[in-house]
Amino acid sequence: MSYTIQGATGPWEVVVGLEVHAQVISRSKLFSGAATAFGAEPNSQVSFIDAGFPGMLPVINRECVAQAVRTGLGLKAQINLWSRFDRKNYFYADLPQGYQISQYAHPIVGRGSVEIELSDGSRKTIGIARLHLEQDAGKSLHDQHPTKSFIDLNRSGVALMEIVSEPDMRSPEEAGAYLAKLRQILRYLGTCDGNMDEGSMRADVNVSVRRPGEGFRTRCEVKNVNSVKFVMQAVEAEARRQIEVWESGGEVEQETRLFDVARGITRSMRSKEDAHDYRYFPDPDLPPLVLDPAWVEELKASLPELPDERRARYIAMGLSAYDAHVLTLERETAAYFEEVAQGRDPKLAANWVTGELFAALNRMKRDITDPPVSARHLGELLDLIADETISGKIAKDVFEIMLETGEAPRAIVESRGLKQVKDSSAIEAAAAQVLAAHADKVAEYRAGKEKLFGFFVGQVMKAMQGKGNPALVNEVLRKLLG
Amino acid sequence: MSKPTDLTIAAARAALARREISAVELTRACLDAIARLNPRLNAFITITAESALRQAEESDRRIAQGMARPLEGIPLGIKDLFCTAGVRTTAASRILGNFTPPYESTVTAHLLRDGAVFLGKLNLDEFAMGSSNATSAFGPVENPWSRANDPETRLVPGGSSGGSAAAVAARLVLGATATDTGGSIRQPAAFCGVAGIKPSYGRCSRFGIVAFASSLDQAGPIARDVRDCAILLRSMAGFDPRDSTSADLPVPDFEAAVERGVAGLRIGIPREYRMEGMPAEIEALWQQGIAWLREAGAEIVDVSLPHTKYALPTYYIVAPAEASSNLARYDGVRFGAREEGEDLRDLYERTRAAGFGAEVRRRILIGTYVLSAGYYDAYYLKAQQVRALIRRDFEQAWERCDALLTPATPTAAFALGEKTEDPVAMYLNDVFTVPANLAGLPGMAVPAGLDAQGLPLALQVIGRPFDEETVFAVAGVLERAADFRATPRLIA
Amino acid sequence: MSVDAATVKRIATLARIRIEDAALPRMVEELNGILAWVEMLREVDTQGVEPMAGGAPTGQPSLRMREDEVTDGGIAEAILANAPDREGPYFAVPKVVE
Repeated sequence: MSYTIQGATGPWEVVVGLEVHAQVISRSKLFSGAATAFGAEPNSQVSFIDAGFPGMLPVINRECVAQAVRTGLGLKAQINLWSRFDRKNYFYADLPQGYQISQYAHPIVGRGSVEIELSDGSRKTIGIARLHLEQDAGKSLHDQHPTKSFIDLNRSGVALMEIVSEPDMRSPEEAGAYLAKLRQILRYLGTCDGNMDEGSMRADVNVSVRRPGEGFRTRCEVKNVNSVKFVMQAVEAEARRQIEVWESGGEVEQETRLFDVARGITRSMRSKEDAHDYRYFPDPDLPPLVLDPAWVEELKASLPELPDERRARYIAMGLSAYDAHVLTLERETAAYFEEVAQGRDPKLAANWVTGELFAALNRMKRDITDPPVSARHLGELLDLIADETISGKIAKDVFEIMLETGEAPRAIVESRGLKQVKDSSAIEAAAAQVLAAHADKVAEYRAGKEKLFGFFVGQVMKAMQGKGNPALVNEVLRKLLG
Repeated sequence: MSKPTDLTIAAARAALARREISAVELTRACLDAIARLNPRLNAFITITAESALRQAEESDRRIAQGMARPLEGIPLGIKDLFCTAGVRTTAASRILGNFTPPYESTVTAHLLRDGAVFLGKLNLDEFAMGSSNATSAFGPVENPWSRANDPETRLVPGGSSGGSAAAVAARLVLGATATDTGGSIRQPAAFCGVAGIKPSYGRCSRFGIVAFASSLDQAGPIARDVRDCAILLRSMAGFDPRDSTSADLPVPDFEAAVERGVAGLRIGIPREYRMEGMPAEIEALWQQGIAWLREAGAEIVDVSLPHTKYALPTYYIVAPAEASSNLARYDGVRFGAREEGEDLRDLYERTRAAGFGAEVRRRILIGTYVLSAGYYDAYYLKAQQVRALIRRDFEQAWERCDALLTPATPTAAFALGEKTEDPVAMYLNDVFTVPANLAGLPGMAVPAGLDAQGLPLALQVIGRPFDEETVFAVAGVLERAADFRATPRLIA
Repeated sequence: MSVDAATVKRIATLARIRIEDAALPRMVEELNGILAWVEMLREVDTQGVEPMAGGAPTGQPSLRMREDEVTDGGIAEAILANAPDREGPYFAVPKVVE
């Protein structure tokens, strides 16, 4: 069932394309040696190049180029061995050079694709039109002074990848899933940290609506949306607005809009009258970027496993599709899981990570990168279950103690005497006591009330503080009850 | 011994080494000449007497210790387009205000590394845009030469490196840095009777030079003679990783090439440079140059550069387009002058209207127009294609010859105030020099004679990519044959 | 092609150069003079000619890449020293309304 919005005059289809700006992970900037770290003192990570001083010239950072190539490979895209930087000319307070260096006409990465998974389990391929490298601008602060805006150029010149999708998405869910998937891929590749709160990833959302079966209508661009949730909300809000315009006999005008998070609507940006004449031309300070095919092959060979491949491998290991999915969402989760599962039963490991560990993270509001129980300790706990040192039930208690104390599971089992009792004489003694204390129930059992067997098992386990080996307890009871 | 200011760099180098003169004496002689003549010539925007003397003292110490560097104690002037650490850099524009760069351009850093003494910053056309030095916000520079029959009419030194050429010609400095985007080294050198070379694009780093048109700008020296140019260029040139367009090539011993001679070389004479209405004196000088080279053993060949006449219009699209973008950074926010406005846009518009002079404003507008939507293909792209054809013309010529000989300028120096009404008439000054910029080739102006009014005229030698050595060899022969000894009226 | 006063005004706005109305006619005339002159290029056949971007005399070299090292920055005072207006560690401009 394809997604439509029911208007007053009938159903409307939504058409969405995303332009995602992703900050490249690199130590220094795209064209200067200044640092890129987030949150530094204002203007402390600025070179004269980033500040557009007279006579300053750009020199490109190899790692930024490598990151763009890796990302292109991760998006199964065409790598263009010949690309070029153009200047995009416009004036703005946080654009020191008066132009942004960007790959307008000849991007480093061409067509590719991303596969998304939807809540009904269906999958869909979203086309990538291109990926190009460009400089970020500085930051303007408008709320620090009654009559002035403040300019901090720390971000000026940081490398961005602009990843442009085809207009292949047809619902807010698809748009959200695409952004989430793209973020996941970039994080797996280590080319962008995906921290949307810090602005490392932000999306311009192109939205249009149409009657089913119709060609494309005019689109509007909703600028700078910075979370998956807001992208979904912005798509829906903008689509509804456009439907209203069309249905009231109006005409949607191509324009740039902003998503007002508080009110859940999009609104027109105070238009820059001449913002549309950027006067692109090849940057004469930068010869074309020509890549050595052997270098591209090297980068390809050293690419990490991507989420889709990893998920497929997990399913092949016997994990459920659901577990494989949640374990691969974040690269760090997958890494944790792999350490736990290393040399152990993968299904048991998956159950513990998605069950006890996830619950604990939730409860403690912690992240997989800062787990309350290390993967090594959790693995050790699974070993104790596997070699029957403790039962699965006791293991849960041990896990709780691990959460509280951070102690190793073996030490907890030892010091608290939680080791399973496999000595049948001890179990027989305990069982005999229980049967003696419940002579009436034993009589009932022997008279045919067989479901009392569970009661006896429970009583024996209780008497043994849960440490009796369940199989042995069963065996002993059956023998005694004969 | 002659006056210290009469020394060429080569002669001063020898005199310093022999301790016949000290670096301080030499520097003082230049500073005295500047004090006397600069009020009239206006060649300097900033004079750095104190630091020059300190540098000279250091040079004397080094010479005494036998640790002299290649340019130890040689007093030079620096075109005020080169950023110099701690010294105001203006590009002859109001818009830079009191901008004082905390960094040194690569070219000037090389000269300092080699022991040169900097006397100050030389006047130029605003942002190097002009052919007469009349567009400077710091007033025009006067050519030290004047017409024999009309000594009162003040002449322009050419541009944009007018201050550099005038200072060298008047002997206020032993040599000067300059830049050449469409002829800004060669045309003023020709007008002032001194030598100047624009090397191949990429030979000198552009790092720290205020940009005019990035794909055309090249630094080079202006000096009294060919050898001095070779000495200076060897220091100024060299690969710089901070300029992505810098050529990663070794720097040859240019000085050695000056004596090489032209025997066996094929010298091309491009027939399209024979312009209609060209003064007979220019044509005669050109023929004389051909004769000199032939006598020195060169083979003269006729070559064709069919797209020559399109070079100027091509240049006047490409250069303003790049300039319109390069000059966007002068916005009154991070450095330079600011005119307050009611909002940011108003601030920009007032700052840039007040800060840029008429010629710079005109070129920014032309450049903005040719890049704007709907016109890019017709103007900018077209110009880049014609530029490719111009480069191809030269490539084809190199199959037949080793260097080209042409006049340097279509006229001798003209009077201040002439040719200011019609921008295009002014642009025509660069007709012989612009093609080498478009093709990225080395070109050198050598003084070769005087016109009927006693004004210097020059020939131009154009060479193959990165073959400055042949250019120096040909220029050396021309210089020796011409034996140009005339001096301007205003001289130290 | 030639420009009219409205075009020159639009171009001046794009270039952020204030131009008084009184100065417009002169500027229109000058720009048209230059444009009429460069019009000459139309007669050149450039069919299929690869445009020459950049100034290198021997074809286009490839972009040189530098290593990813932090070699610059940490010079906020020098960056701000030439500013016409600053507030603490920031450049200051008239308030921008977005």
